[in-house]
Amino acid sequence: MSRALKTTIAIFAALLVVGLITLPSLRRGLQRMNGNPRSEQQARREVMQVPISTPTDVNVQAQMYWLSPSSPATLEATPIQLPLSADPVERSKQLLIALIAKAPAPERRTLAADATLLAFYIQPDGVAIADFSDELSTGTPSGILSEQLAVDSITQTLGANVPGIRQLKILIHGQEAETLSGHVDLSGLFPVSSPVPANVPAAPASGGSAAKSGGAPAKSVPAAPAPPPKKSQH
Amino acid sequence: MAPQQNPPVATQPQVQQPATPHLAVVVLDPAHGGADQGARGSWGITESDVVLSFARLVRISLEGQGLRVILTRQANDDPSFDDRSKLANAQRGVIFVTLHVSSTGQPGTVRVYSLPPDTTTGSSPRGGLVRWDHAQSGFVDSSRRLAELIQIQMAQNFRGSPEIPVAAAVRQLRTIAAPAVAVEVSSVSQPDRKPLDQMGPALADGVARAVAAFRTVYESGGK
Repeated sequence: MSRALKTTIAIFAALLVVGLITLPSLRRGLQRMNGNPRSEQQARREVMQVPISTPTDVNVQAQMYWLSPSSPATLEATPIQLPLSADPVERSKQLLIALIAKAPAPERRTLAADATLLAFYIQPDGVAIADFSDELSTGTPSGILSEQLAVDSITQTLGANVPGIRQLKILIHGQEAETLSGHVDLSGLFPVSSPVPANVPAAPASGGSAAKSGGAPAKSVPAAPAPPPKKSQH
Repeated sequence: MAPQQNPPVATQPQVQQPATPHLAVVVLDPAHGGADQGARGSWGITESDVVLSFARLVRISLEGQGLRVILTRQANDDPSFDDRSKLANAQRGVIFVTLHVSSTGQPGTVRVYSLPPDTTTGSSPRGGLVRWDHAQSGFVDSSRRLAELIQIQMAQNFRGSPEIPVAAAVRQLRTIAAPAVAVEVSSVSQPDRKPLDQMGPALADGVARAVAAFRTVYESGGK
């Protein structure tokens, strides 16, 4: 066997050993890449789902409308502690993000878990505009009952916790959608009945703004008196 | 074409009172169809299939009352919301019933929906014309009455169903210029289609009884 051939075999053997050593970690890396493709929407969702904090945040008892555990065709007000801004737009965003992220149990969820709130505005006439990602549409179970409960959970949660919103327009990814998931009409405005809790200032609408993350920690104050839980029948 | 001469004033006919409304036609709408299967259960039951079979049964029951029944689709096709509305709006003395199966709710129950009044805000007719997308605006009360009558029947026939209908912004109803309701059966989320199919005859009977009751109300001018 020539010297050159021996050298070549030695180099190949060394490469083989190195390959065998690094193969498992390469495989793990590939699996990670295949199993976790980061789409633009996912990246946005990760950013959006960071809780919003504002300098005026105060811990209050918010009334959140999720499905009733005893009667899943109805909504039930559930009080939870939330840091909420005095600014109605930021406050609404905090509430809607919590409505998606903080459902007490999967069976009480009204909005798709992977839906995100992309933007929220309140016009001076009290018409709010909520722009959700496509997942609100694709992730809501198809049917009049489930779609109407999804819309009602949004309007009732806003109505119970944000003063000054009269009506709500729902957009999907910035566009007017004909229906939420094949049944409930999204072309119109949904009424929002807005009882003004005693502790919430009726601040003027500040218009739309990007969600702020980080910022001042929430101030802690005694929980606001909550209205008695009520059910909305469907 | 020669212009028509007006008859002498003395011989002009009196303005006729509106004829007594006569309910003659029911447009039944098996929702979805074609590529749009509507609600789909984990075990493969599809809303578009089930509602078509329901519609055929309801048709038989209504025809038994001497009513003319038109289905918005006869097979697995998918007319648009507006095509279905056009079919209903072209009829006189008509009511519209759209049939659905949900993906949620207690299996074996039925809910009836009509449009809420505020969904048609800003639709006041001008010069007798009503905007297409607010066609339901003049019929919200009669639709509600029809929904109440059907819901009562459903509560009697299907235990666990509510006794009072719900107002919901159902897209299909908005462009119907006639009393119009949505009937939604729960649900496609069950392993076997048999229980759903077994609901068909009682559903058809209940709808037919309610329409018969509504016919009396409708033909007496809503009184």
